[in-house]
Amino acid sequence: MTVKQLSVFCENRPGRLSGITRLLADNDINIRAMSIADTKDFGILRLIVDDFEKALKVLKDNDMAVTSTGVLCIRLADKPGGLADAMECLYKENISVEYMYAAFISETNETAYLVLRVDRLDTAVTALEEGGFKLVSDEELKRF
Amino acid sequence: MPEKKYWDEAHECMSREEMKKLQSEKLVKQVRHVWDNVPYYKKLMEEKGVTPDDIKSIDDIGKLPFLSKADLRDAYPYGLLAKPLSECVRIHSTSGTTGKRVVAFYTQNDVDLWEECTARAITAAGCTKEDVCQVAYGYGLFTGGMGLHGGSHKVGCLTLPMSSGSTERQIQFMQDLGTTLLCCTPSYAAYIGETIAEMGIKPEDLKLKAGIFGAEPWTEEMRQEIERMLGLKAYDIYGLTESTGPGVAFECCEQSGMHINEDHFYAEIIDPDTGEQLPEGSKGELVFTSLDKEAFPLLRYRTRDVCVLSHEKCSCGRTLVKMAKPMGRTDDMLIVKGVNVFPSQIETVLLKMSNATPNYQIVVDRVGTTDTFEILVEVSPDMFSDTIKTFEELQKKIANDIHSMLGIRAKIKLVEPKSIPRSEGKAVRVVDKRKLV
Repeated sequence: MTVKQLSVFCENRPGRLSGITRLLADNDINIRAMSIADTKDFGILRLIVDDFEKALKVLKDNDMAVTSTGVLCIRLADKPGGLADAMECLYKENISVEYMYAAFISETNETAYLVLRVDRLDTAVTALEEGGFKLVSDEELKRF
Repeated sequence: MPEKKYWDEAHECMSREEMKKLQSEKLVKQVRHVWDNVPYYKKLMEEKGVTPDDIKSIDDIGKLPFLSKADLRDAYPYGLLAKPLSECVRIHSTSGTTGKRVVAFYTQNDVDLWEECTARAITAAGCTKEDVCQVAYGYGLFTGGMGLHGGSHKVGCLTLPMSSGSTERQIQFMQDLGTTLLCCTPSYAAYIGETIAEMGIKPEDLKLKAGIFGAEPWTEEMRQEIERMLGLKAYDIYGLTESTGPGVAFECCEQSGMHINEDHFYAEIIDPDTGEQLPEGSKGELVFTSLDKEAFPLLRYRTRDVCVLSHEKCSCGRTLVKMAKPMGRTDDMLIVKGVNVFPSQIETVLLKMSNATPNYQIVVDRVGTTDTFEILVEVSPDMFSDTIKTFEELQKKIANDIHSMLGIRAKIKLVEPKSIPRSEGKAVRVVDKRKLV
């Protein structure tokens, strides 16, 4: 089970994040998780939103360079070792994590969420599910 | 020994009447030579309804058809050749352009003629056989190195065929062999000047007295800066591969405009839109006719350089017509770091990265005395990926492809879609922030 992530190309200049986030807000889209990978001149803003299709359309309509990527969203026990267990599960299958970031989906304080991009998505899904980890779906995202 | 003022006084100081007579005789002969040997140009003449019989003096030159860079590409490689290859001894070529390069052919007489022209320039810069001439223009297909090298030999200078680059070695030779004349691009002269200062060498520690700098646009401020840094007098030189190379025109001690070697290259100024000849003193496109060249005799070649001509009397005594520094181009060619750059070349590189023509903008500036060359490229959806690594690889690939096409490095900056300003819907392709005129 995977979720769709939006990646937006943005230049490193003042006002870009403000512009993109305002655009999403104006369209009633809620950001559930985000991260920025950046270089000196540009960055990639990665977003998990409650309504992927709508966000994609809004961004494209506004001439953003945007692409979608399948990622994993894992629910973890928010306690020491929670992340280590998940990493170990992937490592056993020799799966590489390309990047990951914490999500702020949780309303309670007992679980944490983590967004992961891996080199072999299907193998990772199987490994994690068999390892007892709960993966979030696009449908669930809408209900959070 | 009295300083030799002119290399070829008879031609450099010829009266207007004599010059006109000479040019007329040469033109009549040259048109016949081209008509008989270059079917490509003969066809253009026939299309215009002109035959060699219509050309009786230099005043009839306006009847002849123009040649453009496009003709040179169409006729590549032999279409404009007027001598058998067995009579040719050398080629030179322009910096890479889209698709085909322009290749110019030279007979031994053509090489001699060209070297006479650069010898005039070297003499006008106050140099004689007593001088040590360091040629730091690139040698090879580029005309700069071989052109000044040949002139330096003619004059009898001790010639140092350094080519460009290896700046510390250049400076070492300057010190050890007492170079008095430096020939290179103005930006390289400035770079040598900066390096000398960094090395703690003062201009007065060197024996430099003159520099002949061309192949790229430079300003009066830059001249003063180079003169100060190197402790020499800096002279401009003009030329183009299509004519011969550097030496078509050169500066004298006045340093105010370049004398055209008009006994070999007849210059006209035309209206770039209508093709009409413009009266002296008008600003327009510079057109050259090679009056003597045998192998590659271009008639009425449109240089695309915007320029003004003047026959006003020069205090140096030369009567050769003077051209101002070119004030711009009638096409979109840029000269960056001495290299001709057409936006279409950048487009060719970018087309390989994406299915659709990406939007881009070339930004040229000058920091100190060095050109900066930056290309902004709008990221299109089909270039897009999720990882920084892919973008960095893309940047690197564009930069490498541009380097192999042009021979100079560009900084590639990826920007967001539609972020490049458009004027009337069309993206502005070139932003030249250098103040060159």
